[in-house]
Amino acid sequence: MERIPILRMGPFLLITIQVDMHDKLAMQLQDDVAQRISDWGSAGVLIDISSLEIVDSFIGRMLANIAAMSRVLGADTVVVGMQPAVAITLVELGMSLPGVRTALNVESGMELLYGTLGTSLGGAHDRSEV
Amino acid sequence: MSKLGEIISRNEEHIRADWMKHLTASVQRADLMSKVELEEQSKALLSAIVRGMSSGQTEDPSGPAWSSARELLQDISASRARQGFTPSETSMFVLSLKQPFFSVIRREFAGNQDEMFDAIWKCTLCLDKLSLITAETFLATREELISRQQQELLELSTPVVKLWDGILALPIIGTLDSSRTQVVMEELLQTVVATNSKFAIIDITGVPTVDTLVAQHLLKTITAARLMGAECIISGVRPQIAQTIVHLGINLEDVITKAKLADAFALALQKSGKTVVRASAAANGSATVNATVQKEG
Amino acid sequence: MTVVKSEQLPLQSSTDVVAARQRVRQIATELRFTLVDQTKLVTAASELARNALDHGGGGQMSIVVVNGLAKTGLKLIFEDHGPGIPDIEAALKDGFTTGAGMGLGLGGSKRLVNEFAIESVVGKGTKVTVVRWK
Repeated sequence: MERIPILRMGPFLLITIQVDMHDKLAMQLQDDVAQRISDWGSAGVLIDISSLEIVDSFIGRMLANIAAMSRVLGADTVVVGMQPAVAITLVELGMSLPGVRTALNVESGMELLYGTLGTSLGGAHDRSEV
Repeated sequence: MSKLGEIISRNEEHIRADWMKHLTASVQRADLMSKVELEEQSKALLSAIVRGMSSGQTEDPSGPAWSSARELLQDISASRARQGFTPSETSMFVLSLKQPFFSVIRREFAGNQDEMFDAIWKCTLCLDKLSLITAETFLATREELISRQQQELLELSTPVVKLWDGILALPIIGTLDSSRTQVVMEELLQTVVATNSKFAIIDITGVPTVDTLVAQHLLKTITAARLMGAECIISGVRPQIAQTIVHLGINLEDVITKAKLADAFALALQKSGKTVVRASAAANGSATVNATVQKEG
Repeated sequence: MTVVKSEQLPLQSSTDVVAARQRVRQIATELRFTLVDQTKLVTAASELARNALDHGGGGQMSIVVVNGLAKTGLKLIFEDHGPGIPDIEAALKDGFTTGAGMGLGLGGSKRLVNEFAIESVVGKGTKVTVVRWK
């Protein structure tokens, strides 16, 4: 069955969701993320939803679940690139995704993750100039 | 075909002439519509009505035989609403058909009071329903016009301003109701994406009152921005507003608020890792003091 | 309202739910709804289609283009022959779940559309009708 690909970028996982996911695909992604964090000891997960034109309550819950689950496994999650129309609709739907950190795009998302990484490793973590 | 339908159908030309006489005497509005146009409209409508009446359902204009009459009426009514006719003038257009119809009925049913009464009653019911359709379409068209104009006004009155790289300001002047909030949210969020701004300062100095509803609208905007990765700061909170907010028990715990726009700007700069420093005096001795904004570390 | 065009799609699997919302998106685009209005309608469709599938045991969605007095709109009807909803009031409240979590689906969808109507008979099924005007 098709799966959403999970890329490894150093200490982080990068997931770019570009398809209109049906529920089973979303559930599979949750499982895969947990597995990968465990396999690779990842410290962060970046989910790029800039191509998603719809985020309904199921997908919203999926994002919240991934964030919560990753935290338990010791990783940080940042969701980036939510489209304006999607954000407006989610808010109207009543979802605010409280446990999920967000950033405007992949670049700022990485900054956030590196920032937290630096703190959790107690300081010195070199990163490229932005 | 019912007797009434047959009678009306037979006398169509006579009714039309009678109706036109009546219309030109009372509701013509030569300034809005030429006589030729009026004649055309009337002719088409009367034909459609006659067709409806000639079908089995004389007094119920909601059936399929009446669909062309209804559509025609809706078109006529909508265009009159746009042209500037009054609601009365538009309804009178249909209601003035009563007299010509009744004249024909009186003549044809002379001597037979019961049938005459029946026919008049059916006719009245029918024309009344048609004029209700006219009135409702008129109103709906006017409402749609007004709401479109409102929308345009709303869009004009909420500019999003770029204060600095990555920092936007949104001064809101006037009340914040739910439709305005929609417009505000869309404007703001689209600009956030277009300018890649992480901070948006919503200034409410120009918002007269902040009640629970307004606060909800503001919170919706802030939440939507947050979902996208941008942070909102509310500024321009007047002392009275602050009191109202506390009084009403509105929870603004997760929201940063500042009394002045300047303070909000300073905070946004700080959070962006930037500070404002005084530039050194120019090399040739004249003390030009400019503040420049430097990026830290 | 006069009906201008109508279509029916099955809701028997999770891929059906995706197909349904994509079809709504297509028609809404053809009708030139604004992007935000489209997104709201398509999201509501997704919620309600999923409800019909997960809680109603499967059903169907009808898409109808309608003409109001001075406007055009899209009407969506979701029908299933499932267990029905015993307490509709409660189901419309946010956060209400029946274990598997209808959660925000029903109450949230109501906020995303202009008109919302629901009929449900326990043991017979549920029918949700929503309209979004352009």
